[in-house]
Amino acid sequence: MDWSAIFLTIRLALLVCAILLVAGTPIALWLSFTRWRWKFFVESVVALPLVLPPTVLGFYVLVAMGSNSPIGRWYQSLTGHGLPFTFEGLAIASIIYSLPFAVQPMAAAFSQVDRNLINASAMLGASRIRTFIRIVLPLSVSGVVTGFVLSFAHTLGEFGVVLMVGGNIPGVTRTISIAIYDHVQALDYAGANHMAILLMAFSFVTLSITYSLNRRVWAVWPMHR
Amino acid sequence: MASGKGGANDGRLSVRIAYRTSNSFALEAEFEAPAGFTMILGPSGGGKTTILNCIAGFARPDAGRISLGQRVLFDSAERIDTPVAQRRLGYVFQNLALFPHLTVAQNVQYGIAKMPAEERRARMMAMLESFRVAHLVARKPGEISGGERQRVALARSIVTNPTALLLDEPLVALDNGTRSKILDDLRAWNAAHEIPILYVTHSPEEAFALGERVLVLESGRILAQGMPQDVLATPRHETIAQVVGFENVFEATVRSIAEAQGTMICQLDGSTARLEVPLGHAEAGARVRIAIRAGDIIVAAERPHGLSARNSFPGRVLSMRREGVRVVVMIDAGGAPFEVHLTPGAIDALGIEEGKEVWLVIKTYSCNLVEPSGR
Repeated sequence: MDWSAIFLTIRLALLVCAILLVAGTPIALWLSFTRWRWKFFVESVVALPLVLPPTVLGFYVLVAMGSNSPIGRWYQSLTGHGLPFTFEGLAIASIIYSLPFAVQPMAAAFSQVDRNLINASAMLGASRIRTFIRIVLPLSVSGVVTGFVLSFAHTLGEFGVVLMVGGNIPGVTRTISIAIYDHVQALDYAGANHMAILLMAFSFVTLSITYSLNRRVWAVWPMHR
Repeated sequence: MASGKGGANDGRLSVRIAYRTSNSFALEAEFEAPAGFTMILGPSGGGKTTILNCIAGFARPDAGRISLGQRVLFDSAERIDTPVAQRRLGYVFQNLALFPHLTVAQNVQYGIAKMPAEERRARMMAMLESFRVAHLVARKPGEISGGERQRVALARSIVTNPTALLLDEPLVALDNGTRSKILDDLRAWNAAHEIPILYVTHSPEEAFALGERVLVLESGRILAQGMPQDVLATPRHETIAQVVGFENVFEATVRSIAEAQGTMICQLDGSTARLEVPLGHAEAGARVRIAIRAGDIIVAAERPHGLSARNSFPGRVLSMRREGVRVVVMIDAGGAPFEVHLTPGAIDALGIEEGKEVWLVIKTYSCNLVEPSGR
């Protein structure tokens, strides 16, 4: 069992989920409540990782991070090293890749909250933030939990993006799915099986939790997968 | 400059708005609501809720001005649009919008969160007690009855000391008994806190029972407004009669009560005519309002006898005009103008013409007693 890969993967998934929870909530709120006519454009951008092959996404993230791009150069001047093939780079790519898995369930839950409850809260003098914390969030807990669990499980199992952006550096960017691939390449089927079973069991448990919490997780998804 | 603080006029709600949702619906309304009940009456889809939403700030009018006393809530010309949270209004939604995950206590304290905890709790309990639901503090909205939810919703909006109260058919789901008890409590509260209450309803009975003022709204237009009897008396607009349901509304004084018969005799204002009406909450000498549908009045060519109907008195035909398949006849009975609807066949059979002496026959139970307000 490749414990360093397991710990690395869990560390990555937790970090990505934490950031997605903070960054995804405002996006989900905005998507749920805006009346902007071009909203569908933003929805499509957020949902893009659902339909794009991970290699395509990984390729563009790699290019965007590279030393030829303004973002890559800016990061390099800030930290002294580039983003590709580092843990930070991997985390950023995973955040983009898992964004719809956090945002969609949250947006679905937020938009199901009765508008009259939000109006009533405002009428009673509550600020938007207070309305969110006291009314919207408690009534959307299942959606938020679903978003967290799904993006966690999704980050845990990603392969294409990791390979494109992170490569295969033990202890830095070598995640469970990469380790499984390595085992198979080395014809170590028993080793691959151990890690694959672990990933499968975990995914099954998280999905069971998610579905038991909320049967309408997929309702706002752009298509059935 | 407006004059300074002028008593009851201070908190008057003034509304002048134009609001267009789509090509098919446009609302244009201008009215004033002083302290007390102002009923907004009309069929659904007429724009009643839209008016409340514009006042509350949930909807933004295309043009106009909304003010409460000296405070301007909205003014398109001056680009004033006070945020909802700062308007200091109470709004009871048709679906009540109680927060389902919070207890009754938490719901009622929601709008007074900035008060010190002790004062907050005391106010909450006092408010719940005045609406007779203090025993429910620990329950959640899903665990109490419909009438109790209504009371909690009222308590929640009122506990904040709003400067005006907007009620969107808040009692529509309740039986009459429960409804009138809640209304009595609300009226008692309003007597001590004189603020404008806008009350949206599609029930004419409710509008006349409660309203010091009535505003008839249809297809985004105010057809009539004023005191209930004025709304009906002035232009006898067909739509108003249809919306309101009663073509005849009279102010009257109770002369005597026959409790055993379940009736009382009322003297119509400015008329010699007396009507026997169903027994109400009134005592002899009390002022009442009587509403009668034009189609419920029978006309006889000569003095009728042998009838079960208790009211028959003479009158003189003032005017008549044909409206589609019916004839609208105005009859003066001892000084009171009655509107009566008859078929053209009945007109011919009775030989009714202007100036003809006739008898009016009205069943006791066709006289709808609606209590005047301002008790």
